[in-house]
Amino acid sequence: MKINVKVGIIVFPGSNCDRDMFHVLTDVFNLDAQFFWHEKNLPSGIDAVVLPGGFSYGDRLRAGIIAAHSPIIKDVKKLANKGIPILGVCNGFQILVESGLLPGALLKNNSLSFICKWINLIVENNITPFTNKLKLHQKIPIPVANGEGRYYADDSTLKKLKKNNQIVFRYSTVVNGSLFRIAGICNEDANVVGMMPHPERATESVINPTDSKPSSLIFESLLSCIGA
Amino acid sequence: MNLTTQELAHLKSKIKREPTNTELQIVAAEWSEHCSYKSSKKHLKMLPMNGPLVISEKGFDSGVLDVGDGYVVTVHIESHNHPSAVEPYGGAATGVGGVIRDILSTGTRPIAILDGLRFGNIEKDPQARWLFKNAVVGIADYGNCLGVPTIGGEVEFDDSYTNYALVDVAAIGFGKKDRLIKNHAKKDDVVVLLGGSTGRDGIGGSQFASDLLESEDRSAIQIPDPFIEKLIIEAILEARDHKLIKAMKDLGGGGLSCAISEIADSLSIGIELDVNSVHTREQDMNIDEIMISESQERMLIITDKTKLKKLEKICKKFRIKCSVIGKVTSNQIMLVKKGARIFAKLPTSVVVNAPLLDRLSTTPKYLQKIQNEKKFKPTKDLSIILLKMLSSPNLADKNWVYGQFDHEVGIRTVVKPGHDASVLRLDNGKFLAVKIDGNPKQCYLNPRDGAIGCFEEACRNVVCTGARPIGMVDHLQFGNPEDPEIFWTFLESLKGLTDFAKYFKIPCVGGKVSFYNETSKGPIKPSPLIGVLGLIEKKPLQPRIISKNDLVLLIGNTKNELGGSEYFEYIYNFVGGRCPIVDFKTSKMNMNAVLELIEKNLIKVAHDCSKGGIAIAISELCMQNKIGCYIGMEKIPAEKLSEDRSLFSESHSRYLLVIKRKNLKKIQSFLERKVITYAIIGKFVGDQILFQKNSRPIIKLSVDMARQTWMKSLGELVLHG
Repeated sequence: MKINVKVGIIVFPGSNCDRDMFHVLTDVFNLDAQFFWHEKNLPSGIDAVVLPGGFSYGDRLRAGIIAAHSPIIKDVKKLANKGIPILGVCNGFQILVESGLLPGALLKNNSLSFICKWINLIVENNITPFTNKLKLHQKIPIPVANGEGRYYADDSTLKKLKKNNQIVFRYSTVVNGSLFRIAGICNEDANVVGMMPHPERATESVINPTDSKPSSLIFESLLSCIGA
Repeated sequence: MNLTTQELAHLKSKIKREPTNTELQIVAAEWSEHCSYKSSKKHLKMLPMNGPLVISEKGFDSGVLDVGDGYVVTVHIESHNHPSAVEPYGGAATGVGGVIRDILSTGTRPIAILDGLRFGNIEKDPQARWLFKNAVVGIADYGNCLGVPTIGGEVEFDDSYTNYALVDVAAIGFGKKDRLIKNHAKKDDVVVLLGGSTGRDGIGGSQFASDLLESEDRSAIQIPDPFIEKLIIEAILEARDHKLIKAMKDLGGGGLSCAISEIADSLSIGIELDVNSVHTREQDMNIDEIMISESQERMLIITDKTKLKKLEKICKKFRIKCSVIGKVTSNQIMLVKKGARIFAKLPTSVVVNAPLLDRLSTTPKYLQKIQNEKKFKPTKDLSIILLKMLSSPNLADKNWVYGQFDHEVGIRTVVKPGHDASVLRLDNGKFLAVKIDGNPKQCYLNPRDGAIGCFEEACRNVVCTGARPIGMVDHLQFGNPEDPEIFWTFLESLKGLTDFAKYFKIPCVGGKVSFYNETSKGPIKPSPLIGVLGLIEKKPLQPRIISKNDLVLLIGNTKNELGGSEYFEYIYNFVGGRCPIVDFKTSKMNMNAVLELIEKNLIKVAHDCSKGGIAIAISELCMQNKIGCYIGMEKIPAEKLSEDRSLFSESHSRYLLVIKRKNLKKIQSFLERKVITYAIIGKFVGDQILFQKNSRPIIKLSVDMARQTWMKSLGELVLHG
């Protein structure tokens, strides 16, 4: 029996972590996940939404910008305003930023190349729907895989992010030149979270070379905030 | 590029008339070396291609292996050498695209890419550096966008590739056995071209690849678009799930000409096609250009008329074009029309059966002298030599390369790049280990034993993860086959591979031959590349952290075999000497012993001993684990050798095993029972890489310094020269 939590995974042309996310949500955490093609509508009964990673529209123009204009984003915005938990991972984060649901921008890594490696995240905010089971400043071993993952915002935005406790994850060391080593942020209401690293690649011990528990807590947090 | 006089005569005799211009173009593409294998086909038959797990059916473009529980693994290997030597980014990227479509055409989802890259001397040659850097980015941009992880490969530099590039790409697929595309068709089925538009890029690409690279013919090079390829993958897999595909083929070398003639011939059907229906990128393309364009990201599908609507609906969802370009006929004729006018009418059996050649073969003269060794001055400080070798482009860590590849997407990657072989988890609870290996330096000195060595090395790597080899793919890359000396090296390599494959009962499930790999200075060294797939029924040996006082056990004998070694070539700049030779019986005994020890759960880490010898293999373990070692060199089972030779010999069939002290007795009694040559040669301890001989220090190097050098030197070299 699936736990009665309905998670919508949005699929854009070029999404490529949608199936991985589906596997983790359904097979690892036993949630009721469903794919939604970008041209479809999101039903109102949905409990959470995930925008997975990938190369929507081949990263043309700028990562995430074309997908941010997909029909389904209107529904995502509606759900966001209602306080439904929304998680954007990697390209999903880029799409959330491009659609205005999260502030700032994601620029080319300072190495100018794609970076795929395991790094450590530090939890900076543990009251979001995706971090409430984690301890503040807890370390999460997790992989990044992106070419445009360097978070940037102007001074006043950064100040606001700090003041409102919107910085959710920071890298433990410099990875790609991100401003303030930011790896993930949330909106003011803390229900919309975007992160560059891939939690769906780190929750199973067979593929996680160090410790899969911390990443699992990201999904268990979601479960505890709606499932309970 | 045209047909030879003899080929033209053959064609005329077969069709009993003058061929039209379009027919000439079609036949020239299909009869190119690249598409027809006219030099190699007679000989390739010697390789064993069947085995208990092999599923072979007509029209499969990739090897298919049954991995149990209703699942199959598919595999294919291709190269894109000529294009990559001219335009490394696009050449390498389209190389990935092509082999991925071969995996797709059997109805399986591509789940991994491996690449073998070879360039000139990047320390001295900025051109080689440019080729290398851009080929890597080309592969990264393409594979990453597809969401197919690039999980491994190898990189090598050698002067014989100056101004040239070998870009080999292997791809792995996975799927359900009952969803494999069982290529079949009947009269009046429709022929559909799906995906990217046909343009003027890649015109005559297969002929370009079948000749010496004399001019930079940029119009022969294809343009990559991974986004369209990703859409094609998803659309085709959706169509497969709805059973909308009767037969399918990738458009690769030779474009439509080859795809149409080959699919028709393998299914014993005819195809009637109207080029007006082909969706083109440019308006005024003529019929010949359309027939031989090698524009990328195109697939040919044969489907039932009644299923066309559903197929079109799926294509519409993914916004990819799909044109009905023709229909199936029963006469085994390939008929090419433009509107009502006929431009080509050829029996498919004529098109696909190029007259095969009997190439002459003679032993190369250079081989007579090259086995002799120079007397070297004994090296004074072997610590400095080791450090220098760790910084050499061939031995330095390749994180600059694989760090740009998404090797995690798909969440199957259990053993990541940077280890012996990469391991993927499969949906039935089993694991697949994969490795590709080449060694042109050794193959140059001894084409037969060098090729066998590559094969054994790939097996050893796979074995180190606990996998039993179940299949191999080979990519045989040589210079101009019209030169009897080069053709001899091809035949010798092939014979060697055949002997090893037969002895070990490892079927060859796919492969490719690439000739005419020549630079302005002459032919490349013989460069066979071997990919081995291994299956793990229960659990793989994942790299575990080495702790203090863990023991180092060496299996296998170290011989005076330094020909083609990194030590001779990088340190002494000497090409020659005795190439390592695999003894089949010992090889099998050692392989089985390591596998059994892993299965008994007695091993912490197993590591192959190859390039750079024992010194490098042990240093790698120290650097990866940030721990020192103490090795007693007098304990190494070896012929009587000087210290440097026993450290850097590249003898085959050797494995380094890291074991816990408490398991020692069990392991020793097992190895003695099996009569395996082995020794405990030392332990992990401290923070120095320390080799001693009868208490006399031979090498003493700080792990930290070694690690810094090894990790960073390749990236620094590429970025700063």
